[in-house]
Amino acid sequence: MTAQTDVAAQMAIELRGIDKRFGPVHANKYIDLKVEQGTIHGIVGENGAGKSTLMSIIYGFYEADEGDILIDGQVTKISDSKIAIASGIGMVHQHFMLIQNMTALENVVLGAERGIMLNDSMKHAREVLERLSKEYSLEVPLDTPVEQLSVGLQQRIEILKALYRGAKILILDEPTGVLTPQETEHLFKVLASLKEQGTTVIMITHKLQEIMAATDNVSVMRRGEMVAHVKTSETSREQLAELMVGRKVLLRVEKGEAAPKDALLEVSNLSWTAPDGVLKLDDVNLNVRAGEIVGIAGVSGNGQSELLDVLSGIKQVQKGEVKVNGHVIDKSHPLTPSEVRAIKVGHIPEDRHRMGLVNSFAADEAFILGYHRLPQYNGKVFSLRNEITKDCAEKMEKWDVRPQDPNLKTANFSGGNQQKLVIAREMEQDPDVLLVGQPTRGVDIGAIESIHNRIIDMRDAGKAVLLVSVELEEIMSLADRILVMFDGKVVGEVPASVANEQILGLMMANIVPDEVKALQKEAQA
Amino acid sequence: MSQPRVPGWIYVVVIPLVNILLASLAAGLLFWYLDINPLQAVATMAYGAFGDSYGLGYTLYYTTSFIFTGLAVAVAFHCGLFNIGGEGQAYIGALGVGIVCLTLGGKIPLLLLLPISIIAAGAFGALWALIPAWLQAYRGSHIVITTIMFNFIASALMGYLLIEVFKPPGSMSVESAIFPESSWIPKVHDVAALVGLDLQRSPLNLSIVWALLSAVGVYYFVWQTRWGYEIRATGQNSGAAEYAGIHLGKTVVLAMLVSGMLAGFFALNVVQGEAHQIKLSLVNGMGFTGIAVALMGRNHPFGIVLASLLFGFLYQGGGELQFEFGVDPRIIVVLQGLVILFSGALEKMMKHPIERLYLKYFYRPTTTDAAEA
Repeated sequence: MTAQTDVAAQMAIELRGIDKRFGPVHANKYIDLKVEQGTIHGIVGENGAGKSTLMSIIYGFYEADEGDILIDGQVTKISDSKIAIASGIGMVHQHFMLIQNMTALENVVLGAERGIMLNDSMKHAREVLERLSKEYSLEVPLDTPVEQLSVGLQQRIEILKALYRGAKILILDEPTGVLTPQETEHLFKVLASLKEQGTTVIMITHKLQEIMAATDNVSVMRRGEMVAHVKTSETSREQLAELMVGRKVLLRVEKGEAAPKDALLEVSNLSWTAPDGVLKLDDVNLNVRAGEIVGIAGVSGNGQSELLDVLSGIKQVQKGEVKVNGHVIDKSHPLTPSEVRAIKVGHIPEDRHRMGLVNSFAADEAFILGYHRLPQYNGKVFSLRNEITKDCAEKMEKWDVRPQDPNLKTANFSGGNQQKLVIAREMEQDPDVLLVGQPTRGVDIGAIESIHNRIIDMRDAGKAVLLVSVELEEIMSLADRILVMFDGKVVGEVPASVANEQILGLMMANIVPDEVKALQKEAQA
Repeated sequence: MSQPRVPGWIYVVVIPLVNILLASLAAGLLFWYLDINPLQAVATMAYGAFGDSYGLGYTLYYTTSFIFTGLAVAVAFHCGLFNIGGEGQAYIGALGVGIVCLTLGGKIPLLLLLPISIIAAGAFGALWALIPAWLQAYRGSHIVITTIMFNFIASALMGYLLIEVFKPPGSMSVESAIFPESSWIPKVHDVAALVGLDLQRSPLNLSIVWALLSAVGVYYFVWQTRWGYEIRATGQNSGAAEYAGIHLGKTVVLAMLVSGMLAGFFALNVVQGEAHQIKLSLVNGMGFTGIAVALMGRNHPFGIVLASLLFGFLYQGGGELQFEFGVDPRIIVVLQGLVILFSGALEKMMKHPIERLYLKYFYRPTTTDAAEA
């Protein structure tokens, strides 16, 4: 009996038979989970596997239909997040819950004031925060409005917020989604030092690499079930991926040699300044040949988005020249996005929610976005709704978009299927030049494989593909040549055969390693 | 995790009905406090609004006005624009109708004049919406502010024109001359008399046919044409619209022109159909009520027709209530306010409980769910 309590006492948190249904959807099926005190515990699973539901139950957003939550060996009924906080649970959400125009200090104090007058709370908070930030290397400018801080810093504030409220168990939901590689590395250091001080960390993610790098134990969820608990040191990415998806997954893309021909997209001396005066593209030169994939690597926000916007006609060329398939686009010959489409340029945008789709549209309406004026979809006055629906249904079948319901609202598809819908739309128009931004952001591992294969197919069909991604792995496995952008400039070019994470990481920080310099000289000579 | 799906009729039928029921309950409490038997009050309102052809005529006359102003708000809303200017656009529409009827009335037959006055009503309303639309599209001035200001400008302009231009010499009241009778839109009771149907006199005129046609037209325009598609794309996700090569400025202007046109049609009913002259403040808040109508009708023409009927009932039945029980006329405004409060402002209040009830007791997983899972 005593022995049993001892074992339980070592567990910071334990779930026994947690079950949750939303109507017919069985989101969590009798989940058991033990998280040891003072460890970093990863939870992986595809989108929709039930990770977020489970964490919401721990944090008191939802109540489980059945099952118990034990915190430090005590059964605790967490009916709202106040109880969760009082029990020492802190949560850092994927989308930060910060008030943008308040300072870090104000954000931390908000909701944890010590009395009516703010002064005393602020003073106290400042002392505590200064201590915490030193202890865990979580330095944050306390008096700067949050909106002026980088995402990495904002995340630190979220962590501080939780620690300030006395969190002993810290839950991080997809913490690295918005971070640069350097910020990610720093985060993992912070987590390690938290662990040393006895804090328990639960990290939800779908990035296997990070699970391997940061966690002690890992639990895998699939379709609402907990399918495995393993020690990180005793598993591999391949095994985890297989557990997540339920079948073998190829993490490496298999592709043949590229057979590039003439350049279809040529960008020379392209510069673009944002309305606020910031130079976003600084004298960019690049070309993409038929039958190759050129990858643009770089920390998000270094001009990649603007490059795609300018090339696709959403933003106008201000300086320099873009040549597509012989058509010249420059300041005196601007083209609108529809005109760019007309010269056979497809564009899979970086952010399908902000650009690629209209969430409230039915799938068939989303399927013609950008091509909605094509003659095959329009009569003299009315749209040919039946044709559109029929066309969409055909393409959904061909591209395996599920569920195959052209009338279903776009928002009701999973991320992977939404992305497939966008990709199907753009590729079905048979473009000569394909601009691809973050093709697998928020997409399940299973779908990633097929999306990657489609991009390779486009290349092999002799199209010029320009791929922007912040996932180095994706760039390295798909691209034939890799360009790195930093602060609006192209830092340099590396053939995929030479590229590795060290080289690209340095270049992303604007340092060109000697071996790359040598290569470039060779190419010039 | 896929969201379990609640069918559309829950949102379109059940939730609005529950909201109206709640509003009625709140109104019942109010009547109870005023020592009026709530059931009797409802009976009085219902009889006053639907009991005889006289009451029904008035109810449908108001309904017609609300359909126009409600549709106007809805079209702009689909483009993400909040057109508060229906009031002014309808007022200026009256100017168009007035000019046509006063200059051409009596000279050409109604069948020729009517298309011209319809075009004039729509064009004048659209024109009044054009300036705020242009300012929004190309200068970034917020449409809510500009359309509100244009209501005041319309009011001042019409006051000036009525006194300086339209008031017949020697007349003391600020209104235009009565239009020649041949330019009036026929009353429904007169038309009914032609086929031997005996209806009591009411202001209901054939504009209601145009209102219903407009509702059908709006449906086809918004959901079945590429222009409607572009309007909705712009309203739902301007980033995606831009990506799709949709010209945001042009789309905003188009949506506002259609919106202003629909508001302008209001004048057909009230001016050419009933008053037969331009009067001061003839719109009388009905442009604003169009916002509530559109909100209740979920910006769908079918819903707007139903919501217009409800508001027509409240207008006419409320008047009857005032007549029967001698209640303060402002009580009627309170009634309308309660309906707006529950079905507009508190619309989401019942959404989640009803969704949950439905999912718990009535939901059966379908094959699509299985396919997705």
